[in-house]
Amino acid sequence: MRVLFSWVIGAVPLVAAAAQSAIEPIEPPVRASFDAALLAKGAQLAAIGNCMGCHTAPEGKPYSGGLPVKTPFGTIYATNITPDAETGIGRWSETAFRRAMHEGVDREGRHLYPVFPYDHLTKATDEDVKAIYAFVMTREPVRAATPSNQVPFPFNIRGLIGVWKSLFFERGRFQPDPAQSAEWNRGAYLAEGVGHCGACHTPRNFLGAEKKTKLLAGGEAENWHAPALNAASPAPVPWTTEQIYRYLRYGFDDVHDITAGPMAAVTHALAVVSDQDLRAIAAYVASLDTEPTLARRQRANEALAYAKRAETSGTVAGTRAAAADDVPSAQSGAAIYAGACALCHDNGRTISSGGALHLALSTSVANPTPGNLVSIILQGITPREGERGRWMPAFAGSFTAEQVSDLVAYLRADFGKAPAWPDVEEEVRKVMQVEEQP
Amino acid sequence: MITLNVNGQAQRVDADPDTPLLYVLRDHLQLNGAKYGCGLGQCGSCTVMVDGRAVFSCITPISVLENRRIKTVEGLGTAENPGPMQRAFIEEQAAQCGFCIPGMMMRAQALLEANASPSPAEIRAHMSTNLCRCGTHMRILRAIERAATALKKGGSR
Repeated sequence: MRVLFSWVIGAVPLVAAAAQSAIEPIEPPVRASFDAALLAKGAQLAAIGNCMGCHTAPEGKPYSGGLPVKTPFGTIYATNITPDAETGIGRWSETAFRRAMHEGVDREGRHLYPVFPYDHLTKATDEDVKAIYAFVMTREPVRAATPSNQVPFPFNIRGLIGVWKSLFFERGRFQPDPAQSAEWNRGAYLAEGVGHCGACHTPRNFLGAEKKTKLLAGGEAENWHAPALNAASPAPVPWTTEQIYRYLRYGFDDVHDITAGPMAAVTHALAVVSDQDLRAIAAYVASLDTEPTLARRQRANEALAYAKRAETSGTVAGTRAAAADDVPSAQSGAAIYAGACALCHDNGRTISSGGALHLALSTSVANPTPGNLVSIILQGITPREGERGRWMPAFAGSFTAEQVSDLVAYLRADFGKAPAWPDVEEEVRKVMQVEEQP
Repeated sequence: MITLNVNGQAQRVDADPDTPLLYVLRDHLQLNGAKYGCGLGQCGSCTVMVDGRAVFSCITPISVLENRRIKTVEGLGTAENPGPMQRAFIEEQAAQCGFCIPGMMMRAQALLEANASPSPAEIRAHMSTNLCRCGTHMRILRAIERAATALKKGGSR
């Protein structure tokens, strides 16, 4: 350990010195200098990467940055990537932009924090980076200085990012798998590259790097759990390619949760992406999950049967309370479910029915942690201000922390058919603190 | 039997624990200010306050409300003596058919009790769950700003 420690400390000056040189500033390019077809392609790729998601603050202009991204190492502000010459990237040449995307180094030659997902973007082809460059350089320039990062010592030393890169960052373009179909390879290229699914869906190590051996095995994003997409998927009904496609295209499919949290913004952005590319991503993601085991198929059938039964027999709150009577808190939870949730959730969901997913089919109830379920109950599901989207009311003011915990315990037992989560009330109080509004 | 604290008064109610608060207010307590709109927490016309926060009473079972403070539009003032929020809505003539207005006032009241000087953007974001089918939103927003000014000048409730 001491050897490693002294090696790291010893390496700092070397790596800091090795930070790259600045690339000459340019005059911001004019729109006419970019080919229309290239721009259209760049728009699709920027949507797949949802660049807007991080590079736009809640009240801010598109791509003008300023969104605070909280990491375990401090708060980092997404930069202004509009072509404003002073506060954006207007003076970045395509070469400088490509270096940032492929190597995580800005025009001035400084290392970028890996919260900017260059560990994925490095896989993008030069041609695709060129298209994204054309797209961002033709956005409306916005004068908006990016706030200073709030990163405590020692993580504020940019040179240390060089050390981090030498340990964890594999630069290089995507390598297709010749054993797989062209569609699969296209999907893998988009999902692993520009789409950077793993930035949220892959768990990270103590230094914030994605665990390469746990590809898309479930991670964290903005206080949300990003469920596993591989064989560890908690979804009660294993996903098919068609269902994943529908989820990415419409934000929901018949037997899974609708998009919520950060994923809602992702599917919103995907609205402009071609069917062909979404199907490719779906084919790749579906392939990560292995053929479901007998146990998983049985569980899926049970969940589907439960949902079907409730749909045909209406509210069965009385029998629910009886079913949960060995768990006292679940008793009170069952009453809350009957009064607050059943009206929508018991009837199941069809398009325009006003109904909602039967919770036996819910991934949030089956997740390894209760955070998503708690967040959805308290905050509801709301589209971003001024945007259309699916909606569930927020219950933050309706229930006390104890009541939410009871409800969660009941849902977990009756619908999830899974062992109780430990420390639910603590999780509820944590989310309530984040979500303090009248 | 369950005891509810409504507008500062203890009320004994004989109803199933999963009965929505809205039904109890209207059918048991004859407090008809809160309205039944969609019954799914999607329109906001049933909005009341619980412990200072705006909630949809149509999807709030009374089982969760023991020992909590419920406030309805009747708690803001009377026809003879309207409170600052109600006065502001009258002065801006914010009601057309009026069906959504009690819910609008209660949601706005919850906002102003937590944040005395909300920005126009904060008001819009906060009120976005309450719908008005007549389309008097612009007057409603003006009424809320007027109420904020009045409350800051020392109006109570």
